[in-house]
Amino acid sequence: MSVSVFKSWRPFFSGLIVAALVANPSKAGDWRQFRGNQGNSVAASEVLPTELSGGTVAWKVDLPGRGLSGPIVVDGKLFLTCSSGYTQDRLHVACFDTADGGKLWERQFTATGRTGCHEKMCNATPTMASDGRRVFAFFSSNDLICLDLEGNLQWYRGLGSEFPNASNSLGMSSSPIVIGSTVVVQVESDAEAFACGVDVASGETKWQIDRPRAANWTSPSMLPAMGERPALALLQSSKGVAAVDPETGDVLWNFEKGASTIPSLTVTEGKVVIPSNGLTTLQPSEDGKSFEELWNGAQLSPSTPSPVVLGGMTFTLNSAGALTAGDVATGKRVWQLRLKGPFSGTPVVANGYLYAFNEGGMAFVVKPGADGGEIISELDLAEKILCSPAAADNALFVRSDEHLWKIAEPQ
Amino acid sequence: MRKKCSLFVVLLLAACMPASETTFAGQAADTDRAIQALLEVGPGSQGAAAARQAMVQLRAGGVDQLVPLLKAFKDASPLSANWLRNAFDGIAGQQTAAGENLPAFELVSFVKDTSESPVARRLAYEWLLKQDESLKSKLIPGMLMDPSPDFRRDAVDMWMEKAKAESDSESALRSWKEALRGAVHEDQVKEIDKALEAAGQDVDIQGHFGFLAEWQMIGPFDNKDEKGFAVVYPPEQSVALDAEYDGQLGKVKWQPITTEDDFGVVDIAKQIENYKGSLMYAATTFDCGQSRVAELRLGTPNAWKLWLNGQLVFDREEYHRSSQMDQYTVPVQLKAGANQILIKVCQNEQTQDWAQRYQFQLRVCDSTGVGIRPALNAAQREVSSEGVN
Repeated sequence: MSVSVFKSWRPFFSGLIVAALVANPSKAGDWRQFRGNQGNSVAASEVLPTELSGGTVAWKVDLPGRGLSGPIVVDGKLFLTCSSGYTQDRLHVACFDTADGGKLWERQFTATGRTGCHEKMCNATPTMASDGRRVFAFFSSNDLICLDLEGNLQWYRGLGSEFPNASNSLGMSSSPIVIGSTVVVQVESDAEAFACGVDVASGETKWQIDRPRAANWTSPSMLPAMGERPALALLQSSKGVAAVDPETGDVLWNFEKGASTIPSLTVTEGKVVIPSNGLTTLQPSEDGKSFEELWNGAQLSPSTPSPVVLGGMTFTLNSAGALTAGDVATGKRVWQLRLKGPFSGTPVVANGYLYAFNEGGMAFVVKPGADGGEIISELDLAEKILCSPAAADNALFVRSDEHLWKIAEPQ
Repeated sequence: MRKKCSLFVVLLLAACMPASETTFAGQAADTDRAIQALLEVGPGSQGAAAARQAMVQLRAGGVDQLVPLLKAFKDASPLSANWLRNAFDGIAGQQTAAGENLPAFELVSFVKDTSESPVARRLAYEWLLKQDESLKSKLIPGMLMDPSPDFRRDAVDMWMEKAKAESDSESALRSWKEALRGAVHEDQVKEIDKALEAAGQDVDIQGHFGFLAEWQMIGPFDNKDEKGFAVVYPPEQSVALDAEYDGQLGKVKWQPITTEDDFGVVDIAKQIENYKGSLMYAATTFDCGQSRVAELRLGTPNAWKLWLNGQLVFDREEYHRSSQMDQYTVPVQLKAGANQILIKVCQNEQTQDWAQRYQFQLRVCDSTGVGIRPALNAAQREVSSEGVN
């Protein structure tokens, strides 16, 4: 982005940052939901090691069950879901000290909805979210659980039993997000589909809207507030993207050219980058009631991981494990770098680098440049890793079915 | 002096006893009220505010609340059970973090009491294991026929390990058979079946799980563009096995179909035909000795509707998102005598290789997953009786 463009957008950025802080104040060092506080996989204030090796593994601890869910971090505490048991009906929420990996507490529940999944998935697939005072755990069985930071149950919604047809025999994966005082949840399947906003304190439904009846594994995203307009929830599906007022559920605009049902859109610098016919980028209007379509990049199609944006470029991982860089201003493909795929988790962006973990547990640190990318280092954790990692407290946190790791510069 | 002291103690006791009893009774009543608040939570976060307050009180009550919490599981909905569990976990966690033991005698007694909630018994057991791992070998061997599927699984696993470790084939065979007796999970039954088959033993897996193998089937009816799911075709109004209707490709009549598949899969695509954009109805009768609660467990990759004795018990419009044993669990009330089961199975017009299956498997079992065998009818009872004589 040129300096002149930045200057013209400066008021927008200032408003965006202030409004985002008001909507969901988060402490530096937190990673409060799927793909980070802003849902764009960017760890703006973290400095992560670039030369990964065994020496950068600060700790590794056992987990009580399986999971594709990523960790979240709130005020030095890491929260993570797992599921266990023959039918994956045992739900675990565990809390660890980020400093030493010590388990601070663990709570278990029994699923109230369907637990069956494709063997690659499990009940603990959605990533947790937090408003800084509470944590919200969501599972494929549509159990939505609110605990305080000490593990005390605040409320429990059995959305799987309240809406028994809203399930997918392959499993559900949509992660909730918190916008202001609302937990936004998408529960979308072939047989029944809805989205709802749940009050963070009471657990009561503020609104519920019908959604396209089709299997959907994407997660809601946040369009940060701008000027007078509050933050919006962006709900993706095979039909496209709907912008929804998180307080009322009112739909403000619809992008109707279709979108992927696996990787989720990302919001960067006020633009919405959607996995749609490759990638499609929208510029929402200042009043939040409409949008302008900026470009479509058919060569930038992502597979399971969601797109990320760094240094004026979009990055997507395809099913062959190729990292594709696109120009965020035009949607043109700029370069490709062969990594070893496949990937399920979305990479993290920090201190100018991309951090990606493939399904075999190999971590790649990539330094992207204008004309190409370079693999700076690799680290083989030798376990199946399907989650999107978290970056907090100058460290990366990643999990497998059995273990949780902290990766940081040696102290 | 001694008399004066004794008198003092007696007076002191007399003064204190009523107060202590009152306090104790008051505490018990408080516990009951707090637990009642947890039992009253409902869908939509109903009762959560009262439950949160009750949780604070229960946690403050400490280890004395553990057994009352466990006992309350028996009357709890799945939602309430999760509140009870969180209260239990919180208190037990505090106790162990303080280096104190949990009340082992009371908790072990609770675990052994099969009239209590299987979930609560397992919860108590897993906390007890943290302070005494030897309990596993003491308790699990006696749990082969337990109402808890988790306890059964552990007990079956022990018998399977024993079978593998046996040096003589007769002992191994006995252990495998014993393992089979308690097994309720597909993976364990498959492994046991493989071992028994290698030893020349046939296993009636259909009967073990309670799969229904004999059906009457009629169709195809039209389901082009998936529109047939909502259409009420004549079999939904009445199962008249001698009737003839207009079907998708001409007149259709009920035809018997039997599956030999171990897991009761009725494969419409293979046994009849994979009519694309069609639907079929399958009906059967399940004889039950007495009225009882049960579960109908279904597996199918197709959209379906299920009726029991003319009442729709569940329907689901999802196509080709996998098929697994026990994919769907539908709790039902069976009546004494003949129970009519009707299923509508819908195939769509997807062309992908993975979207060609047209099948279902259905079993009748209890909440533990133990297959319920049909009661013998009068003729079968006679034959059975003759066989015994």
